[in-house]
Amino acid sequence: MAAIAVDTSKSGTKLLDRRGRWAVVDIVVVVYALIPVLWTLSLSFKTPEAQTDKYFWPTSWTWQNYKDIFTTSEFVRALINSIGIAIIATLIAVVLGTMAAYAIARLDFPGKQFLVGVSLLIAMFPQVSLVSPLFEMERNLGLFDTWLGLILPYITFALPLAIYTLSAFFREIPWELEKAAKMDGATPGQAFRRVIAPLAAPGVFTTAILVFIFCWNDFLFAISLTSTERSRTVPAALSFFTGASQFEAPVGTIKRRLFVARARLKEVLTGGGSNGGDDSPFDLPRFKKPKRELAAV
Amino acid sequence: MSELASEPSAEGQTVEAPSATPAKPVLSEGKKAERRLGLLLCAPAAIVMLAVTGWPIIYSIWLSLQRYDLRFPDQRQFVGLDNYIAVLSDGYWWTAFAVTTGITIVSVAIELVLGMLLALIMHRTLVGRGLVRTVSLIPYGIVTVVAAFSWFYAWNTDTGWLTALFGAQAPLTDRFASLGIIVLAEVWKTTPFMALLLMAGLALVPDDLLKAASMDGASAWQRFTKVIVPVMKPAILVALLFRTLDAFRVFDNIFVLTKGANDTSSVSMQTYNNLIKGLNLGIGSTMSVLIFIAVAIIAFIFIKLFGAAAPGNDPGGRR
Repeated sequence: MAAIAVDTSKSGTKLLDRRGRWAVVDIVVVVYALIPVLWTLSLSFKTPEAQTDKYFWPTSWTWQNYKDIFTTSEFVRALINSIGIAIIATLIAVVLGTMAAYAIARLDFPGKQFLVGVSLLIAMFPQVSLVSPLFEMERNLGLFDTWLGLILPYITFALPLAIYTLSAFFREIPWELEKAAKMDGATPGQAFRRVIAPLAAPGVFTTAILVFIFCWNDFLFAISLTSTERSRTVPAALSFFTGASQFEAPVGTIKRRLFVARARLKEVLTGGGSNGGDDSPFDLPRFKKPKRELAAV
Repeated sequence: MSELASEPSAEGQTVEAPSATPAKPVLSEGKKAERRLGLLLCAPAAIVMLAVTGWPIIYSIWLSLQRYDLRFPDQRQFVGLDNYIAVLSDGYWWTAFAVTTGITIVSVAIELVLGMLLALIMHRTLVGRGLVRTVSLIPYGIVTVVAAFSWFYAWNTDTGWLTALFGAQAPLTDRFASLGIIVLAEVWKTTPFMALLLMAGLALVPDDLLKAASMDGASAWQRFTKVIVPVMKPAILVALLFRTLDAFRVFDNIFVLTKGANDTSSVSMQTYNNLIKGLNLGIGSTMSVLIFIAVAIIAFIFIKLFGAAAPGNDPGGRR
């Protein structure tokens, strides 16, 4: 991989050569990232007979898997649970996280370091350690197998993420604007609502997407703290799927993949999650198109 | 982690960050209002976090000292450290612990190398930068269980194209083959996360420095080891810390790929099995506490390595 560290200064004719090498490297990366995705897609389009043929591409195509999956209430219900729980948890976590992150980034108050320390601890917390006590507590409180029973741990584990991301964003916002607002007679509270909040909106949005992905992705809490389709989310339902054939599972995965990809795309749009860099770094149209086609099905 | 342990803790003993504001004898009205607002804004987040983690941890320590099996609720009684003795003298626990540690070390090491390569590629590529950046983040955006199923069906004897490709005999029933596949699934899924964190560090490497090094005749490899890596050290440590702790919690992939068969279960799997399958709250809580302690030790080692670079330690305070 010596090519990687080559610096980008122009050196005439060698440029083309170098471009060629980069193209090869790029292709390797793309193939690496996409193979399992394409494989799942391919499985979902295979007919039941073709599923055991061990070819990477489907030899005969069918939409039947998709039709089946949306006629099982188990899957549709799980999808509703997943979306509902993730959205509610995201909203609450982002609101609480925004408040705390603003205070951490802008205000001086006792216990600030403590809060930062605690949230760092929680970010590192082994989630499985919480499963046993939560299981017992939620059974006693009647929260077991309810939406709230999942939303609470999701908020907790999303908060450190939200606080870190948001306070980083808030630090980039020009401090002077807030001072100016205060000069003009705004209270700290007003300065927060009227000046900082609008400026921080892109950061808040990015955070919301990261948090949403976290909630959407969770599996451990989802299988431990639910027991029926009342609150079972998609990852959990997937692992219990025993439909007409075992191959309904990959079908479910596709739909979720589309959803996640769409959410992630927005994150990418707002430049979150990575240092955006100079040129608009993400090639959106190319990525968007195939997804639309599939989603329309 | 072995490569970290050997790192000299040059920055270990750093100067204490000066306290943000020297204590003032009298607080102005505005200062008081600021303090009040600060506490007020943080309170809800702090309360939720403490209520959902602090209390359950104390509760699980309490539970871990009891014999408490939901199938025999009448036999609930305080047994002191018996549960700990039972778990720690159990072969399954140590097997799971070894498996978890092994998966963590191997996958994090591979991820660090691949993640660094990926970060360099995303940072420097001359063609199709947008495409590479977008596509290489796809694994990170995909639900772990979904990715795990993809690998499961790929290595399955009935359906697997990879099984067919490599002519393997039921790889998911062999212990070491399964562990390899679990590591593969972990690495595929989380390398983009590693690369993302490392890329943020790469952006901090000044181009001038690289050019100067190149002028002085440094080879590409020398520039990488002597310039890029030292500048990126904090970013590398953060990435390693997050990934190590995350890898130690490995659960989803194992659950889908092997269900812990053939001695492939991690400590998280063991806890889940005892708790949800076995309904043994006492033993489950004991394992929870032990995992918590293990993770705390890992975190402590990393924080020691961090020195002043730890995320919470912000010497600049407010600018």
